[in-house]
Amino acid sequence: MAIERQQVEQLARLARIALDESTLARTTASLGDVLALIDQLQAADTAGIEPMAHPLDAVQRLRPDVVTEPDQRAALQAIAPAVEAGLFLVPKVIE
Amino acid sequence: MNLHDLTLAQTARALADKQFSSREVTQHYLDRIARLDKTYNSFITVTAEQALAEADAADARRAAGNAAFLTGVPFAHKDIFCTQGVRTSCGSRMLDNFISPYDATVVAKYREQGLVMLGKTNMDEFAMGSSNETSWYGPVKNPWDTGCVPGGSSGGSAACVAARLAPGATATDTGGSIRQPAALCGITGLKPTYGRVSRWGMIAFASSLDQAGPMARTAEDVALLLGAMAGFDPKDSTSLDRDVPDYAAALGNELAGLKIGVPKEYFGAGLNPQTAERVQAALREYEKLGARLVEISLPHSHLAVPAYYVIAPAECSANLSRFDGVRYGYRCENPQDLMDLYCRSRAEGFGEEVKRRILVGAYALSAGFYDAYYRKAQQVRRLIQQDFVEAFKEVDVIMGPTSPSPAFAFGAKGSDPVAMYLEDIYTIATNLAGLPGMSLPCGLVDNKPVGLQVIGNYFDEARMLNVAHRYQQVTDWHAQAPAGVMA
Repeated sequence: MAIERQQVEQLARLARIALDESTLARTTASLGDVLALIDQLQAADTAGIEPMAHPLDAVQRLRPDVVTEPDQRAALQAIAPAVEAGLFLVPKVIE
Repeated sequence: MNLHDLTLAQTARALADKQFSSREVTQHYLDRIARLDKTYNSFITVTAEQALAEADAADARRAAGNAAFLTGVPFAHKDIFCTQGVRTSCGSRMLDNFISPYDATVVAKYREQGLVMLGKTNMDEFAMGSSNETSWYGPVKNPWDTGCVPGGSSGGSAACVAARLAPGATATDTGGSIRQPAALCGITGLKPTYGRVSRWGMIAFASSLDQAGPMARTAEDVALLLGAMAGFDPKDSTSLDRDVPDYAAALGNELAGLKIGVPKEYFGAGLNPQTAERVQAALREYEKLGARLVEISLPHSHLAVPAYYVIAPAECSANLSRFDGVRYGYRCENPQDLMDLYCRSRAEGFGEEVKRRILVGAYALSAGFYDAYYRKAQQVRRLIQQDFVEAFKEVDVIMGPTSPSPAFAFGAKGSDPVAMYLEDIYTIATNLAGLPGMSLPCGLVDNKPVGLQVIGNYFDEARMLNVAHRYQQVTDWHAQAPAGVMA
């Protein structure tokens, strides 16, 4: 299935990835190649087949709802690009 | 004798016999890395000082009489495992400055047993690739032919073992990333059953497929490294609570009566004829060991690559949404607003293949397409699994080629991503089914290694290692080294 340039722009917005003009054409072409590959699935007869989420059908374990992690704010913020007074800094969001 | 002639198991035994110290063998490997890795580029980070400190601690522990079997043995971690205090880049510019505040469970387990980390190995960016050409740190060179790729994504781990820069290494496998580079570099590697080894602290690519495993020169070495990393971990919600057998204990079992399934779909068009011939020769060797070959069919094999390229990108697009330039990792210069910060940090921080897979995943998961792609792929995944379940009613293990041809030249797969994806045509199905798979060297084509793939039933790693070990007792492909590296 071919993909249009406009669709790629929309996907890039959804995925929060900036694409410039020159990359856009190349990306559109290569996504088309990958989509042609995955469209081979459409020929498979999967009527009545239960989708497989885990190979051994394991389910998520539950645990008591108690705090298990210690406070590591300083260590976790030490690797952030910009912090101030214990807060992560980003460009102004609300005017 | 050179210390790097020794396998990992031989190194462990020599340490126990006090033939040399951990500091001596660690220094020996560090010297080799310093001298030779400029050629191979198999390490992103070498932790020389820390390694020597760990070696001294290991020697002290042995002197005090409380060493584990692998205490003091040097090895390398793939740079996808979080290591407290040491950069974990995942082969990406996005994490070039990332120092993890904690250890992955696999890292913690090796640390507890006193293994000595030499450094962190190069890899395709976020483990997405089959050639190591997508690494931000440049490609790894195959020690057998430096004009060729080592395979990927665990190309650095495979190359450093092949070049005798470490006796063993950790790796991960989402669609073939342990087995294919093991094949192309002429070493032994095993991807365990999904849930066998903890994924906690292992940077996520496609969470329903990712699994960690070891690489080394021999099945015996792999058995030791696997035993040291396997086991239930409450911190990984998909970890399975099963006992860890002594993988080394069953290595010597007889193979008489073993039933080997040979899938006809793994020997069709696309397989290099010389690769096929080496694999057939290995199968004949197994017949001499008393095994019986049974032709089987895995009729949905042709759907494995298409299903994988829905599921893996979909899961990667979700997993990699955490890299937003806010809490850690790369941030672009002078963002205009928050949207610009996200979009440019991700555009500049991720390489082309990673961005392509995120976009494919976003497409497959977008409104109205979920049933046609992700759900359909998960249905196909069950069909593929059922093929294996049926096959294992008749046979004990399945064998075939690991990859369609030996190592290829840099740039050979060109600009068509699908040509690269087909490199994993024989390995992807086992990830989709959650089964264990391994690769062991079984010959050379034009002086480049060929891998024999062994696929086992769920949690049957001990048998696979036994099967590989017995072959390595009667052949010497695993003992062959690339020209020049033994000096």
